[in-house]
Amino acid sequence: MVSGTSTDGSRRVAISGIGIVAPGGVGTKQFWDLLTNGRTATRSISMFDASQFRSRVAAECDFDPVANGLSRREIRMWDRTTQFAVVAAAEAVADSGVLDVLVPERTGVITGTACGMTQSLDSEYAIVSDEGSAWQVDQAHASPYLYDYFLPSSMAAEIAWRTGAEGPVGIVSTGCTSGIDVITHAAELIAEGSADVVIAGASDAAISPITVACFDAIKATTPRNDTPESAARPFDRTRNGFALGEGAAIFVLESVDHARRRGAHVYAEIAGHAARANAYSMTGLRLDGRELAAAITAAMRDARVGPADLDYINAHGSGTKQNDLHETAAYKASLGHVAYQKPISTIKSMIGHSLGAICSLEVAACALAIEHSVIPPTANLHERDPQCDLDYVPLVAREQQVRVALNVASGFGGFQSAVVLTKPGAVAR
Amino acid sequence: MTAPVVTGIGVAAPNGIGTEEYWAAVLRGESGIRRITRFDPTDYTAALAGELIVDPAGRLPGRLVPQTDHMTQAALVVAEQALADAEVVTEDLPEYSAGVVTSASGGGFEFGQRELEALWHKGGKYVSAYQSFAWFYPVNTGQISIRHDLRGPSGAVVSEQAGGLDAVAKARRNLGVGARLMVAGGVDGSLCPWSWVCQLQSGRVSDRSDPKRAYVPFDAEASGWLPGEGGALLVLESPEAAAERDAGHRYGQILGYAATFDPRPGSDRPDGLRRCIELALADARVEPSEVDVVFADAAGVPAADRREAEVLAEVFGARQVPVTAPKTMTGRLLGGGAALDLATALLAMRDSVIPPTVHIDQFDHASLIDLVRTTPREQPLRTALVVARGFPGFNSAMVLRRPA
Amino acid sequence: MSAPLSLDDLVILLKECAGEDETVDLTGDILDTEFEDLGYDSLALFNTVGRIERDYEVQLPDGVVGEVTTPRALLGLVNEAIGQPA
Repeated sequence: MVSGTSTDGSRRVAISGIGIVAPGGVGTKQFWDLLTNGRTATRSISMFDASQFRSRVAAECDFDPVANGLSRREIRMWDRTTQFAVVAAAEAVADSGVLDVLVPERTGVITGTACGMTQSLDSEYAIVSDEGSAWQVDQAHASPYLYDYFLPSSMAAEIAWRTGAEGPVGIVSTGCTSGIDVITHAAELIAEGSADVVIAGASDAAISPITVACFDAIKATTPRNDTPESAARPFDRTRNGFALGEGAAIFVLESVDHARRRGAHVYAEIAGHAARANAYSMTGLRLDGRELAAAITAAMRDARVGPADLDYINAHGSGTKQNDLHETAAYKASLGHVAYQKPISTIKSMIGHSLGAICSLEVAACALAIEHSVIPPTANLHERDPQCDLDYVPLVAREQQVRVALNVASGFGGFQSAVVLTKPGAVAR
Repeated sequence: MTAPVVTGIGVAAPNGIGTEEYWAAVLRGESGIRRITRFDPTDYTAALAGELIVDPAGRLPGRLVPQTDHMTQAALVVAEQALADAEVVTEDLPEYSAGVVTSASGGGFEFGQRELEALWHKGGKYVSAYQSFAWFYPVNTGQISIRHDLRGPSGAVVSEQAGGLDAVAKARRNLGVGARLMVAGGVDGSLCPWSWVCQLQSGRVSDRSDPKRAYVPFDAEASGWLPGEGGALLVLESPEAAAERDAGHRYGQILGYAATFDPRPGSDRPDGLRRCIELALADARVEPSEVDVVFADAAGVPAADRREAEVLAEVFGARQVPVTAPKTMTGRLLGGGAALDLATALLAMRDSVIPPTVHIDQFDHASLIDLVRTTPREQPLRTALVVARGFPGFNSAMVLRRPA
Repeated sequence: MSAPLSLDDLVILLKECAGEDETVDLTGDILDTEFEDLGYDSLALFNTVGRIERDYEVQLPDGVVGEVTTPRALLGLVNEAIGQPA
C-alpha cells in the first residue's frame, strides 16, 4: 500500500488556510459564491487576439495585480502564474493566522504548475525571435527575467521569501494532476517530520497563443465559440472539450497537532491519497479507467474509508468525450454499485480547466463543501449522456453535510491521482 | 525512513554516453565542454557548453522520435540503460509497485522553440499535436513510464540545480510507503538558441572562450558556470525488494537527505547550506567524521564557492575531507547534474577512487577544503555526501553508503 | 482542386508526422488495417490530419480522429473533402 498518512496527530495533516485566484473573482469568498450559484465564468478570449484559433473560449481571471498589493517592479518581474500564486498564498497565510508562529526552518513551500511561465515565454519568444522570423534569437532584446521564466521554481522561491520559509521548497509538476500531487507531496513532508507547516498549492496562467494552439492541435478544447458561457459541458451528451482556464489555489497545511496547539480553524484533513500512472499514452485514456480506479481505491484505503463513506466526489470532468467516459468507468470500478448513489460534480463547468492549478482549486472546493455543507453543481449539464449515468449534480448546488470528500484527476503523461479529505473529527481514526 | 538500494545506473553526459564510458572519461579527466555545435553561438555572450549528442537512430523506436525533444530522447536511452543494468523485468513486478520521478528545468525547450516558431511565423495550425506534452516538465517521467510500463506513483520536481537530489528523495519517500522500485534522477538540458538566451540572462554563465578556463569553481579566476546536457537515472529498490529478487548490483544505499531554502538575499539570517548538510547527516545517522568524500555543488560563482568551502570547513573541519567536482568536465546539467553526481559518487565508492576536479589552476580555498584536483585519488570510500544548490536558494544534500 | 490523396501519399505523411514503428510493414496492403495496428495512436493521427488539412486546404470533421480507424476510411474522407474520387 502506498500511503503517506497516519493516525498520529503529529503526522495527520490539516488544511488551515485557503487562498484563491480564480475566474469570477479573487478570493475564497468570491470563488465559493460563484460555484454555489452555479454561475459560469467562461467567455470569449480577451487577453489576446484569438481569431486564428479553433477554440476561442476561456475562463479568464479579472486580476488586478496592483489592487492585490503587488508592486510595479514585482508585476514587471513576475509572470502572471507567479503573481497568482503570491496573491493566493498571502490570502491563505492571512486566513490561517499562522504567520506569527511560523518557524522558518520548520516551514516549507511546495507549489505545483503544469505550464509554469508559459505566457511570458510565449510573448518573450515572439520578441527575441521577431515573431518567429529566425531560429537564432536576438539576445539584445531579451528580458532580464528570462531565467525566472525558464525555471518555474522561481515561483516557489518568491512565496518562501515572502513568508520566511526556509525548510523544503520546490515545485512538483505532473501536468493536470499537479494540483493534487503538490498537496500530497506537502502532506508527506509534514507526515515524515520534515516540516510543521507547508504552504502548498498550484498556479497556472497559461491562456496564451501557444497553449491555445496546443489544445487546438489535439481538439481537446471546446470550439463552441458562439456561446462561451455554456461552452464547457462536462458529462453532457453534447460535450466537446474543455474551456481553458487559469487560476491558483494555495493552502496552509500543518500537522493536526500543530493546528490544535495554536487553536487554528481547520477546514479539512488530508486523510489519504494515492497516485498511479497509466503507462499508456501521453494524452490518451483507456476507457476502462483502470488506473484511476486503482488510485481511488488506494486513496480510500489510505484514508481508511470505504465507498459508502464518501459524501461528495469532485470529479476531473474535463468534458472531453474520452475523459468523462474514462472517469465514469473508474468510479464504477472503484466504488461498485455505490457509485450511482454519490453526488459527483465538476467545477470545470464553471471556471474552466486551469491545467495544473485546477486540482488545487478543486481541493479547495472540497474543503469548502465540508466547511459549508454545500455541494457545488455541474453547470451546463442539460442533456444526459446515456454512457455517463451517475449523479453529476446538474445545475443547482445541494445543501448536504459533507464529511468525506474525494477529488480525482487525470493528467497528460498518464498521471492519475486521488485525494480524500475529511471533516475534522468526523471520521473515527 | 528506509534506506533504498541503488541496483541500476544509467548515464548520458557530455564526456560519455553509458555508465562505464562516462566513468572512464571522468577518471581520465576528459572534459566534454566545447564550443556549441547544435546552433551557431557566435552572436551570444557565451559560446561554451557541455553538449550531449545522442543519436536516437537504433536506440529508440522510430515512433518516439517525432514526439520528443532531444533531452527526452537522451532520458529514454538512460532509463533503458539503468533498467538493463538492474536486470529488472518490469512485467514481473506487482502492479502499481514501480514508478518514475525525474527532475526538470525548462522541459523540452528545443521542441518548444520549434513549435513557437511555427506558431509565430506560420500560424497556430502549424503547431504539433505533440507540443502539448513534449515541452512540459514531467515529459521524461511520462515517456519512461509508458515505455517501461511503470504504473506506480510518479512525478517530476523542479528546483533548479538541486532537483536531481530532490527527485531521488521523492522516490525514496515512495519506497518508504509501499512502492518496490523507482526509476529516479534527471536527464536535462535542451540546448537551443531560445534556452541559451534564457540561461544567459541569469547573468551567471561564464563568457570565457577557453574550455579549460571557463567553468573553474573554487578557482581565483572563477567566472560563472557553464550549462550542460545529460544526467543520470538510478534504479532504487527497497532493501526487501532487492533482496527478494537477488538483485545483481548493489551500488549503495541512500542513507539520508535534507532540503532547505535560503532567506532572501540581503537578509541578516544565515543561508541554509550548513543546516541542510547537517540535517542530511542526521537523517543518515552519520557523523561528519564518517564521510569519506564530498561531491560539491561547485557553483563557479566566486561568492557561492567561498560560502560552500566555508560551510564544508565548518561541518567537517578545514581540509578534513576530500572534496571534488567532476562536473567541471560536463558543465552544470540543471535537473540532471545532481543525479549525475549521485551516480559518480556510487561509482567512486565501488572502485575506491575519487574522480578529479579539472582545470583548477589557481585553487583559491586551499585553507578550507582539500579539493581533489587534476588526477584521481585512490582510497577506500564507504560514505559519500553529495551537495546540490539551486538558484535562487535551494539547498539539498544526500548521503550515500556503499554496500558492506 | 488538389490531386487525390493516395495510400502511398498517406504513408509518407504518417512517417513524416509520426515516425515509423520498425516492427510494422507499411508497404503491403494496409488499406483496411487499423491505424493502431500500424503503430499510430490518436496523437499520430491528430498530427497527420492537421498536416493534411494544411497541405490540402480542407477542413475535416471534428471527430475524425477516433471515428476513422483505417487508411481506407481516412482517404475516403479526405478525397471527398477535396472533391476527388477515393
